[in-house]
Amino acid sequence: MLDGFTAETLARVQFAFTVSFHIIFPAFSIGLASYLAVLNGLWLATRDRVYLNLFDYWKKIFAVAFGMGVVSGIVMSYQFGTNWAVFSDKAGPVIGPMLAYEVLSAFFLEAGFLGIMLFGREKVGDGLHMLATALVAVGTLASAFWILSVNSWMQTPQGHAINEAGQFVPADWWAIVFNPSFPYRLVHMVLAAYLTTAFVVGAVSAFHLLRDRTDPESRRGFSMAMWMALLVTPIQILAGDQHGLNTLEHQPVKVAAMEGHFRAEGDNQPLILFGWPDVEEAEVKYSIEVPYLGSLILKHDLHSQIQGLTEFPRSEWPPVPIVFWSFRVMVALGFAMLGIGLWSAWARWRGRLFDAPWLHRAAVVMGPSGFVAVLAGWITTEVGRQPYTVYGLLRTSESLSAVDAPAVGASLLAFIVVYFFVFGAGTFYILRMMGKRPAEHAPDRHDPGTSRPTLAPHFDPDVIPQE
Amino acid sequence: MDFETLASIWAGLIALAVLVYVILDGFDLGVGILFPLGRSTRERDVMMNSVAPVWDGNETWLILGGGGLFAVFPLAYSVVMTALYVPILTMLLALVFRGVAFEYRWRTKRWKPVWDAAFFGGSLVATFAQGIALGALVQGIPVAGRAYAGGWWDWLTPFSLLTGVALVVGYALLGATWLVMKTEGPLQLRMRDLAWWLGAATLALIGLVSLITPFLEPVYFQRWFNLPGSLWTMIVPLVMLALAWSFFTGLNAHRDARPFLSALGFFVASFAGLGISFYPMIVPPALTIWEAAAPAESLAFALVGVAILLPLILAYTGYAYWVFRGKVREGEGYH
Ligand code: HDD
Ligand code: HEM
Ligand code: HEM
Repeated sequence: MLDGFTAETLARVQFAFTVSFHIIFPAFSIGLASYLAVLNGLWLATRDRVYLNLFDYWKKIFAVAFGMGVVSGIVMSYQFGTNWAVFSDKAGPVIGPMLAYEVLSAFFLEAGFLGIMLFGREKVGDGLHMLATALVAVGTLASAFWILSVNSWMQTPQGHAINEAGQFVPADWWAIVFNPSFPYRLVHMVLAAYLTTAFVVGAVSAFHLLRDRTDPESRRGFSMAMWMALLVTPIQILAGDQHGLNTLEHQPVKVAAMEGHFRAEGDNQPLILFGWPDVEEAEVKYSIEVPYLGSLILKHDLHSQIQGLTEFPRSEWPPVPIVFWSFRVMVALGFAMLGIGLWSAWARWRGRLFDAPWLHRAAVVMGPSGFVAVLAGWITTEVGRQPYTVYGLLRTSESLSAVDAPAVGASLLAFIVVYFFVFGAGTFYILRMMGKRPAEHAPDRHDPGTSRPTLAPHFDPDVIPQE
Repeated sequence: MDFETLASIWAGLIALAVLVYVILDGFDLGVGILFPLGRSTRERDVMMNSVAPVWDGNETWLILGGGGLFAVFPLAYSVVMTALYVPILTMLLALVFRGVAFEYRWRTKRWKPVWDAAFFGGSLVATFAQGIALGALVQGIPVAGRAYAGGWWDWLTPFSLLTGVALVVGYALLGATWLVMKTEGPLQLRMRDLAWWLGAATLALIGLVSLITPFLEPVYFQRWFNLPGSLWTMIVPLVMLALAWSFFTGLNAHRDARPFLSALGFFVASFAGLGISFYPMIVPPALTIWEAAAPAESLAFALVGVAILLPLILAYTGYAYWVFRGKVREGEGYH
């Protein structure tokens, strides 16, 4: 089935497959960890039981998602060596220490306090439990910091020299860590994780509101999620715009592929909304365009020159249609999110936020939108960087391990089977947990501490859904 | 600090990370290997709960070992990972199964047996793959230029299969003695009996592997059997004997913690023995620590992080173990 593919293609597909699965979980757990810290803080500050019920509800979902994030992440950290040995040898001196910082400052923190956060409230008391919850959230953000710095260095490398062995050697760590695209990517990705979580929380709450619009937890959750949608989406669009300007400066070929600009159109570059990029003919067929808007968006100037793909050798082109389409998917979802945010503001202003079935239905539909946008964004970024792993310096085709195609093919097949089975089951369990209202998980709870003895959530009989 | 010192410090730190990983994840993988011996769902719940709050932290040492190797010995990392492609990826996939089992098994009734099996199978396969990887490293990895120069199945030899079996038995020993320490009642009794046999088997396998190892590479042989150096190396077998005595007497005296600590000692002593064979190589027989090390700038930068963060990590990891100290009882959560 995988005959005829080169080891390079197979290794690329394997990396793309495993990392795409991985990012789904961080995108959710980064946002959810912060949300849990906020919920727990609000519970301690107000002693409003609704917050505690929400905390306990999302905590269980978090535990499953986080577990999937951990196991898929461990695979990633070994794949650099198994499949990209030359890349590891050459780029290791620069990106390796940053990954080591990630392990030391983020992964240990998350893992060390996760147990206390999940099972330790009654053991350590409210204060330390709050601290543990906050530290887990800090850990996820620290992880994002380092891994995005690594990825950004691969996109816009600087601060290094090259030694006799052909290795990248660090010269200026500050320049490496804070490389030009890093601040934009960090902001954009963390906001993306927050939005992803907000839309999941919004969808689950809306789903329950459609059945019972008086449910207090669902009302609170929905309201919080819609504030996020309203306030964060515009910031995200702004951040994406700035990110694009930065990319234009450092990776003009990528932007040309994103926009579908095969040739420069003088000073009135149109904005291509949709069309079919034909790489052979070097033009976008059946395109729908808005004149001048391209120049306006990319240079914030109506009359500016933008380079087209044909000004670069074809050997430097990324796979244009993938980049073109994935970019449009992300942007379209960004505007759809904005739409939900505005709609909710209008409903809230009219006092009908919990009494708007069509808004609730729309929110349910938008539940997965964050995941799709995150994946689309990463595909734009990573495929647009091709044919390089370290942009402009190390080609993907020269990064590979000396591994035979059959071995890579076999491992790829194993990954596909195992991931779909294992993460499919996990997703199913999460959806089933989401299908119940928070109150159904914790019926008539009494005051913690005075009520039932310290039970691990696992032993909570209401946690195990009836089949 | 000069490059040589930095590289040596780092070699010690990576060795430490691997050792800590082996003894920590060793006992929780061992609990997984023994999982089918839990006679009832309740017993299996207790077994899993004895490690559930700490397994993630334990496994993070594996990421530190791998990530650290990548950071400071990138050449060794790229060569070893390529050479051990099959065992490493097998281990990772097995860890996926057993990692998710910790959560999934509580989320379903009908599929609980499936995730029980995943927990057992994943632990067993991951351990066996680690043992094979260890054996393959000890028997030597050919390098040409800056790349792995061997074949696809080189890792598979009678010796690596032996180390694979030895590690499975050894981790099972750690798991059994951990359960002796953390549980009570019939489960504890059975684990105590089992630990006796596993202890004997582990010592026999360690002995066998130690006898074969010096004949795999001439350097190893010289290290162990040339006077006066061998006077020093003989300390390791003597320590092993003392630990064995402490292990069996502790078991017979029904001590809770001593068997576990002695079993950890078996691993530390074996690891020291391995270190004696290896030094100063990192990928025997071809690469030394200094040939494989990243430039001094990388080593120094990462060392700053370790110096600040490792003590903190040890402190809060210790705290987490302390929070969940004591016996795990049936029907209860984590203690
Ligand atoms: C923007 C965020 C982000 C991105 C781009 C990545 N990760 Fe990740 N990763 C996380 C954010 C994260 C996290 C939030 O920290 C996770 C998710 C769930 C979790 O347990 O921690 C995590 C888990 C996680 C783990 C397990 C950590 C543990 O045991 O706690 C490893 C080893 C990696 N990742 C490694 C990688 C590698 C090698 C990546 C690149 C190819 C990568 N991650 C992309
Ligand atoms: C987590 C979100 C990410 C996603 C969804 C993602 C997606 C992808 C995809 C789709 C490819 C394949 C491109 C192609 O071959 O055409 C790729 C390649 C690659 N990515 Fe990422 N990536 C992510 C993050 C990262 C990070 C954080 C790093 C670095 C630490 C990284 C390193 C690489 C490398 C080394 C390749 C080379 C292999 C290749 O070009 O196929 N990626 N990624
Ligand atoms: C509609 C407004 C948006 C614009 C203009 C925009 C712009 C961009 C650009 C230009 C890139 C590529 C950067 C590069 O590779 O150099 C990118 C990447 C990305 N986008 Fe967006 N984006 C928008 C909305 C969103 C939304 C709503 C999400 C998710 C909720 C999202 C998630 C991502 C992610 C995860 C990446 C990859 C990581 C990165 O490079 O930052 N984007 N975006």
